[in-house]
Amino acid sequence: MLGNAAIARGAWEAGVKVSSAYPGTPSTEISENIVNYKEIYAEWAPNEAVAAEVAIGASLAGTRALASMKLVGLNVASDAMYTAAYIGVNGGLVVVVADDPGLYSSQNEQDTRLVARSAHIPVLEPSDSQEAKDFTKLAYEISEKYDTPVFLRTTTRLAHSQGTVELCDRVEIEDKPYERDVAHNVMMPGNAKKRHIFVEQRENQMKKDACDFEINRVEMGDTKIGFITSGIAYQYVKEVCPEASVLKLGMVYPLPEQLIKDFAAKVDRLIIFEELEPFFETEIKSWGIKCEGKELFTLQGEYSANMLREKILGQKVEVKPSQVTARPPILCPGCPHRSTFYVLKKLGIHASGDIGCYTLGAVAPLSVVDTTVCMGASIAVLHGMEKAKGSEWTKNWVAVIGDSTFMHTGIISLENMAYNQSKGTVIIMDNSTTGMTGHQDHAATGKTLDGTVVPAISIYKVCKALGIENVVEVNAFDTAELERVVKEETSRDALSVIIACAPCALLKGQKFPNKVKALSDKCKKCGACLRPGCPAVTKTEDGKIKIDETMCNGCGLCASLCKFEALEKYEV
Amino acid sequence: MTKNIMIVGVGGQGTLLTSRILGGLMEDAGYDVKISEVHGMAQRGGSVVTFVRYGEKVAEPIVEEGQADVLIAFERLEALRYAHFLKKDGVLIVNDQRIDPMPVVTGAATYPENIIEDLKKQYTVYDIDAMDEAKKLGNSRVFNNIVLGMAARHMDFTKDQWLAVIEKKVPPKTIEINKEAFLAGYGRE
Repeated sequence: MLGNAAIARGAWEAGVKVSSAYPGTPSTEISENIVNYKEIYAEWAPNEAVAAEVAIGASLAGTRALASMKLVGLNVASDAMYTAAYIGVNGGLVVVVADDPGLYSSQNEQDTRLVARSAHIPVLEPSDSQEAKDFTKLAYEISEKYDTPVFLRTTTRLAHSQGTVELCDRVEIEDKPYERDVAHNVMMPGNAKKRHIFVEQRENQMKKDACDFEINRVEMGDTKIGFITSGIAYQYVKEVCPEASVLKLGMVYPLPEQLIKDFAAKVDRLIIFEELEPFFETEIKSWGIKCEGKELFTLQGEYSANMLREKILGQKVEVKPSQVTARPPILCPGCPHRSTFYVLKKLGIHASGDIGCYTLGAVAPLSVVDTTVCMGASIAVLHGMEKAKGSEWTKNWVAVIGDSTFMHTGIISLENMAYNQSKGTVIIMDNSTTGMTGHQDHAATGKTLDGTVVPAISIYKVCKALGIENVVEVNAFDTAELERVVKEETSRDALSVIIACAPCALLKGQKFPNKVKALSDKCKKCGACLRPGCPAVTKTEDGKIKIDETMCNGCGLCASLCKFEALEKYEV
Repeated sequence: MTKNIMIVGVGGQGTLLTSRILGGLMEDAGYDVKISEVHGMAQRGGSVVTFVRYGEKVAEPIVEEGQADVLIAFERLEALRYAHFLKKDGVLIVNDQRIDPMPVVTGAATYPENIIEDLKKQYTVYDIDAMDEAKKLGNSRVFNNIVLGMAARHMDFTKDQWLAVIEKKVPPKTIEINKEAFLAGYGRE
């Protein structure tokens, strides 16, 4: 069972009734699995702040609730979570946060444990799929016992690894009675002051109790070396040093101080093996305990068993990787973003970019995207540039943002542009889905997480409702029309929105009726069709064009650029 | 003794399905199994790698350099990229297909020549043009199972065990063609 599927199962077995999330690698599959359990109401929220607040509401109403998100999603939700820590819970409240050491699909490598410490929220961290399920259930017990939200922290490697899991039945939990309790649930200064005292007491109590938690486990072995570790890093220790003594932390915040001190006293050399920040290490050193951590192991990326072999056993792993041409990710054949970027590139336009497949518009040969910060930033960044340098300077700039990212936070930045009288062009690349994370629906697609058809929010009407006069919808594959519209709107001394529509090429049911083939006798080797950088279009040894028929999705962009009729559509 | 298998290829080539077939096979055979997959951005035409480990009790979910017993590569350049993950007596099964990465398409880099010949000098290599074979079967998408069939010859499971798990893991409408593809690879020397 996939780590994320195990979390979903754990939530179901724990009697959870409400789940809310915004998709984000590596947490997406939690919701995609939870939706299969009919006892749980599960939804896609427009963003992580809303997801967290929905879960808080369900908890206050008295049921067990779950929100899940990726590491940077927690930044969006943190406003809610910092105060939820003061309020506590009625029904158990668990928020899954998936970190991404190694940056498989994220824009930074932040460590959720640091957020948890400053918000005073306890964190559990499983080390395989079985624990992912078990810890999810335990998190609800801890949440209700200590009156606190609980973070379940995973990493990409855990979320996307499969392991054997023993299944149990669901336990139906009776709803906690709801009672109006202003001192507990209304966080205005007078109440919050009192709750802050409670938060401190709660944390001190948990620090003590954590020494007896079974998930904080001492495995005594050879006492020459003792490891303190957690999560997937624990597995690397077991792989390489099965004889060593290990303190495996299942609750990684707050730390069981006395348990750690006792363990440290029993071993000759204490090694802290933790991915990302020196979180355990800093606190353990602050107690005056001698240990080694980041002087041996990096802050960056994923850890491995080979790191331990080298640094602890002194075994240099002799490998000679070949120097091989990189294969960076690219837009798929038939992707409508390629067509839009091709037009922007042709017009010499720079783009303030956003988070999604279209971030790939930054790389050659498209090279259109200049900046990417976080979800929704494209529009505000363009606005900031315009206010700094004037609209003449941003004449050859646009903001590009996907439909799902627009609904997530872009919509608020567009509100800001309209309100503060910005002049600039925003292109919403509407491919009718959340593409990068694997096709999740959102409020503008007209389908909910469980596939129910609902009225789709019209992005066009939303833009109009913000008071923006110039809102144009264009077919992303109609390059001539798109070029005309982009020229017209960028030369306008006003705020414009262009909605470049065409569904994601990989979307279910989305299929072009044709494919394209190359007629080599007509090819003049001009290279025009290569400019959009479609992976299905390459050159043969004699420099003529060939189309890989298994890759071609038949969008016809390449054929539309050939002046010599050397690329021909055919029916499939 | 834990056995280590890797599946490498280009995002979109179906490494995930292959790893799930392998995982299902080993689970059915009563082993402890861990599989590590790649989701998200790297799946968009990038280089992807999936690890499958099985044995009595498996700790870490990934295969590291110099540890792979079997490396299944769906593309030549990816075989070259990950060949150093093989043990000295490991086996490389490679699909003889070339997919140009973007730096090659734009002319910023070249696609190496003679990859398979060079790999054969260092490793035990079995190669097949599975795409061509799959087209002969009438469905180019089943090429993975032809490669998998070839790899199966170098692993300790019976033909029937393989066919049973393929039946469970592929979409119902494609069971027959996928079995046929597997057998085409399995029958190759």
